[in-house]
Amino acid sequence: MYLKAIEINDLTVEYPEVKALDKVSFSINQGDFLGIIGPNGAGKSTLFSCMLGILTKYKGTIRFFGEDIRKSRNYLKLIGYVPQKPVFENNFPATVKEIVRMQLTNNSDRQLIDKVLQQVWMHELGNRRIGDLSIGQQQRVFIAKALVHNPKILILDEPVTGVDIQSSEIFYSILRDLNEKQNITIIWSSHDMDAVHKLANKVACLNRTLFFHGISAEFFENEDLVKQYSEASMQQHMHSHEIH
Amino acid sequence: MTLEILSYGFMQRAIISGIAIAILCSVVGLFMVLRRYSLFGDAIAHSSFGGIAVGMLVGIYPLWTAYAVSLVSALIITRIRYRLKISGDASVAVLLSSGIAIGLVLISISGGFTIDIFSFLFGSILLVSTNDTILILVLTGIILVVILLLYRQLLYSTFNEEQAKVSGIPVEKINYLIVFLAGVVVVTSIQLVGILLISALFVIPNITAIMYGKGFKQTALLSIGFAVFSVVVGILASYVLDITPSGTIVLVSLAIFGISIGIKSLGKLPITKSLKH
Repeated sequence: MYLKAIEINDLTVEYPEVKALDKVSFSINQGDFLGIIGPNGAGKSTLFSCMLGILTKYKGTIRFFGEDIRKSRNYLKLIGYVPQKPVFENNFPATVKEIVRMQLTNNSDRQLIDKVLQQVWMHELGNRRIGDLSIGQQQRVFIAKALVHNPKILILDEPVTGVDIQSSEIFYSILRDLNEKQNITIIWSSHDMDAVHKLANKVACLNRTLFFHGISAEFFENEDLVKQYSEASMQQHMHSHEIH
Repeated sequence: MTLEILSYGFMQRAIISGIAIAILCSVVGLFMVLRRYSLFGDAIAHSSFGGIAVGMLVGIYPLWTAYAVSLVSALIITRIRYRLKISGDASVAVLLSSGIAIGLVLISISGGFTIDIFSFLFGSILLVSTNDTILILVLTGIILVVILLLYRQLLYSTFNEEQAKVSGIPVEKINYLIVFLAGVVVVTSIQLVGILLISALFVIPNITAIMYGKGFKQTALLSIGFAVFSVVVGILASYVLDITPSGTIVLVSLAIFGISIGIKSLGKLPITKSLKH
């Protein structure tokens, strides 16, 4: 059994005016709960775009369970993805169950859909139109959609942006269960350092380059490291604003 | 009276063809409306005008040249849109005006407007031949099978292109496919309502259905219901009242839309946000 779920080596992405990622290297073990933190413009979404095969113009390598993702897109079957705020027409006529069913390649299995909706506490709203739900409820539906094909890795890009505190807590509790009870590897980007501290066993601090990668406690319990990272982030943040 | 009308062969062909076209426009139109391509049907129809003019000029059955020109221009404009990142409404404007311009020039070369041209502009469902009816039924069958086979891919890429891509769906190919299907449906439907009113059949039953339907399948079935009702009532009423079928069909569908808005504003429908956008 290959234990390394993901290996990233010297990942570099250059846009015409800026280097979005510069020689980023780290690996993730199966069962890890990795929190990726970084300010706006740190390259978190670019990193995910590369991992998900949306962005293909990059240098370096990305391997999922040992396989280079440039060679085959089969690895996508192993991934569940929850975007920051899915863009869709608010009046899109699809029920919660229809949204979840989109992820299934073979014919829909009603029990499977009911099961994942139950996991995210949304089974009672299965026949509601997606646009009629709150943002927090919608994000839980998108977790259910990401889980229905039984992925080994769940990637979440700042999933609680715009979600109220109570819904965020429910969301975090669902993520914890998925990681601890089902051994799903979770990669989650967030601005919320406290939440990352509480949930993730590993942390990666990204700011175009990788500032730190390792055990979460080692980072958060080292005040100097947190301070250095915060200052570097602030400088980067101000620099980004100057560019824009 | 109604039963007597239905015994006429031309009326039977008109209603059978009309129902098939209504189903096609509803199903393909729903994907187009939700992708914000509502006017794309209109643009394809206008480009078919150029195709019809080509057919009349060179002596080929105009509908065949309309299929060829419309499909080629729809695919080219989609390609250009991807390459140059032109917005949807701008590409629609290019397609729409170029089709009409080419058509006008070719028609003036071939001797000006004739009755045939007017039947393509405003529809002539009561003149549909048995061969036309068979062609419409065969195309309806093929397009519905394609949609059923690729239902998940079409729905997913309509809902959210990025997520569909991440799930391994070839989104760009699916986008070309839906534009191609829309092209076939539009040209096939010209006989029913004509070039000038085609987008009404694509859009009105669907935006009415979106007000009521919770899920996609339910919305599609409601849209088919509204479209079929509009077509059948429109054809029969136009015959009885001796008025144009195409305009009557569109007015019936507009009446259903208007009644739905009225019911909604009276608070008898679950509040939908559809019309606010």
